[in-house]
Amino acid sequence: MSQAEKLKQGQFTNPETPGYVGFANLPNQVHRKSVKKGFEFTLMVVGESGLGKSTLINSLFLTDLYPERVIPGAAEKIERTVQIEASTVEIEERGVKLRLTVVDTPGYGDAINSQDCFNTIISYIDDQFERYLHDESGLNRRHIVDNRVHCCFYFISPLGHGLKPLDVQFMKAIHNKVNVVPVIAKADTLTLRERERLKRRILDEIDEHGIKIYHLPDAESDEDEDFKEQTRILKASIPFAVVGSNQQIEAKGKKVRGRLYPWGVVEVENPEHNDFLKLRTMLITHMQDLQEVTQDLHYENFRSERLKRGGRKGPEPEEMDKDIILQEKEAELRRMQEMIAKMQAQMQKQGDE
Amino acid sequence: MASSDVVRQMDKNARPLALSGHVGFDSLPDQLVNKSTSQGFCFNILCIGETGIGKSTLMDTLFNTNFENFESSHFEPKVKLRAQTYDLQESNVRLKLTVVNTVGFGDQMNKQESYQHIVDYIDTQFESYLQEELKIKRSLHNYHDSRIHACLYFIAPSGHSLKSLDLVTMKKLDSKVNIIPVIAKADTISKSELHKFKIKIMSELVSNGVQIYQFPIDDETVAKINTAMNGHLPFAVVGSTEEVNIGNKMVKARQYPWGVVQVENENHCDFVKLREMLICVNMEDLREQTHTRHYELYRRCKLEEMGFKDTDPECKPVSLQQTYEAKRQEFLGELQRREEEMRQTFVQRVKEKEAELKDAERELQGKFEQLKRLHADEKSKLEEKRRSLEEEMSAFNKRKAATELLQAQSFNASTNNKKDKDRKNSGFM
Repeated sequence: MSQAEKLKQGQFTNPETPGYVGFANLPNQVHRKSVKKGFEFTLMVVGESGLGKSTLINSLFLTDLYPERVIPGAAEKIERTVQIEASTVEIEERGVKLRLTVVDTPGYGDAINSQDCFNTIISYIDDQFERYLHDESGLNRRHIVDNRVHCCFYFISPLGHGLKPLDVQFMKAIHNKVNVVPVIAKADTLTLRERERLKRRILDEIDEHGIKIYHLPDAESDEDEDFKEQTRILKASIPFAVVGSNQQIEAKGKKVRGRLYPWGVVEVENPEHNDFLKLRTMLITHMQDLQEVTQDLHYENFRSERLKRGGRKGPEPEEMDKDIILQEKEAELRRMQEMIAKMQAQMQKQGDE
Repeated sequence: MASSDVVRQMDKNARPLALSGHVGFDSLPDQLVNKSTSQGFCFNILCIGETGIGKSTLMDTLFNTNFENFESSHFEPKVKLRAQTYDLQESNVRLKLTVVNTVGFGDQMNKQESYQHIVDYIDTQFESYLQEELKIKRSLHNYHDSRIHACLYFIAPSGHSLKSLDLVTMKKLDSKVNIIPVIAKADTISKSELHKFKIKIMSELVSNGVQIYQFPIDDETVAKINTAMNGHLPFAVVGSTEEVNIGNKMVKARQYPWGVVQVENENHCDFVKLREMLICVNMEDLREQTHTRHYELYRRCKLEEMGFKDTDPECKPVSLQQTYEAKRQEFLGELQRREEEMRQTFVQRVKEKEAELKDAERELQGKFEQLKRLHADEKSKLEEKRRSLEEEMSAFNKRKAATELLQAQSFNASTNNKKDKDRKNSGFM
């Protein structure tokens, strides 16, 4: 039961109650206003081709976001660059409107040389921040559209033993710009034991490389036990191992969404089969928190960096340049010192002769 | 192979003859079999696939044993190959199996050079065989043939198509080795998806001109099964070394919460088909193809590089012997020419040096004479000076003598006077 509903049924709604002031109705007002305003959420999905990203998004939002999809063949993939495809849908549930933007990144990891394949993605994230900063600093701030990326699902292949170099590099490049949620794709290829091993391995490697993934906030002490327990379970299951599907299969007498194999049916919404439900719960319950962290942490970081530099664009290359310049200067200094030492030695020798 | 060519040629000149009784040469194949069984067989498999895709597990499952495997890391800087050789035995047949695995394939950010190491490895094996063949004293039947007979290429079960790395690598290898593509970890693809995936893969391979290994259909005994199997390529396999209890039998399987995938169940995956085709039916054909097609191609390219030809410029067949002799003569002629050149240069140099030395000698001689002359001049001058000096001295001496004489005379005269005076003076007293 949500807080608002609880309050509606509780005390303090009746002016006759002794000690009534009335501001206990504030949550109701917030609820009303937010329903009227509607919510915006931008979700980015990144991962190699064939890991089931589109299927998972369709399963999460019970819709088909990719009606006319063209999957290129291997020959076209050799030189393929990463594109950004943002599709926005408006979905409504019980009067609550959600403007959901899903940013897809086809071509990630496809080319035979993936050295700089994610620069496009980083520029896109920065552009959204830039645009918001511009709007926020403008004179007319009535209609600020929040297109900033609130959450990034990073799909990890279940076929390997853990993270690959590309995964590590990408996550390190964006962990300060966006909330990263790692997801193990196509989890029906892993037995339970393999799944645990892979999760532990990934978490160890994330620690080892200093990657900052999104951490669910701990439940407040005044929340009820169920919620606390749910949060605990969610936190323990990261990274989520998911299976996506929108096909209805008949299993055990009822229709479920799943994948049909000769040896059984993988049910998408069965928590014993995979963590799809956990992922969905996390996304829905913490959508607000994801937006807050994006606003308070990532956006503020971007803003302070940006304002520090003044009107110049392109923070990353400059920082890298500074490091490079420093290194070059140090190398030069060292070289000069060596030359001086050599000359001194020569002079000494001549002096001795 | 050479022997089969000879047989076909004989057919034109030989007339078939019917036998009136049993001779017994129908045991020839058996003799051959016995001989080869006693020698033992040799088979080399190359497994190419991403790290963690299940190469080692599949090899364990195929050969029903536990090869020493260890997990590789994803952070290898370059692709490497790890070869391990094992001695296996089934009934009375011994097999020397070499399994070569790629390490770090598909992990690097830049995969443009990933195929190079594999191609180099295959070429090295061909090269060592070629060297052995060209030796004067060779022991081919004792030689441990390390050429790759079969290459299992593990395709990731994305369900969409091949990856760019797969296409590039297979294209580079299709003329060097028998490629058998397999879809790894196939328990993540449902039946309908698998059908579409297989069709997509085969069409991509065909449209890009990649020639994978086709099971032979010219031998009637296996033609039927091979043709059927050719239609199931690429095989979708699942590997497992763990056993699960199914209906009171322990079978190799993978246990999931939603069911059990049995490796040897043809309904679940194509593992049994792969085992049949790779090991039971076509192992010998794979070895033969490697020798007659891939190795011959390598050998031809290599020898052509070295300058050998089968026909000389007049299009007459030239045997290796002749070519070799011709090359040898050429080489010797070249050597002689070089020697002559060197000799000439040497002679020339010597002459030059001699001339130089002579010049130097002459110069020195000239200087010496000049110095001698100078010296003689000086000497004569000095002689003159001495003479003149002596003359002067003698003249001086004469004058001195004359002066002394004069002095003496005058003195004598004065002393006489003095004496007289003294006498006079003294007499007085």
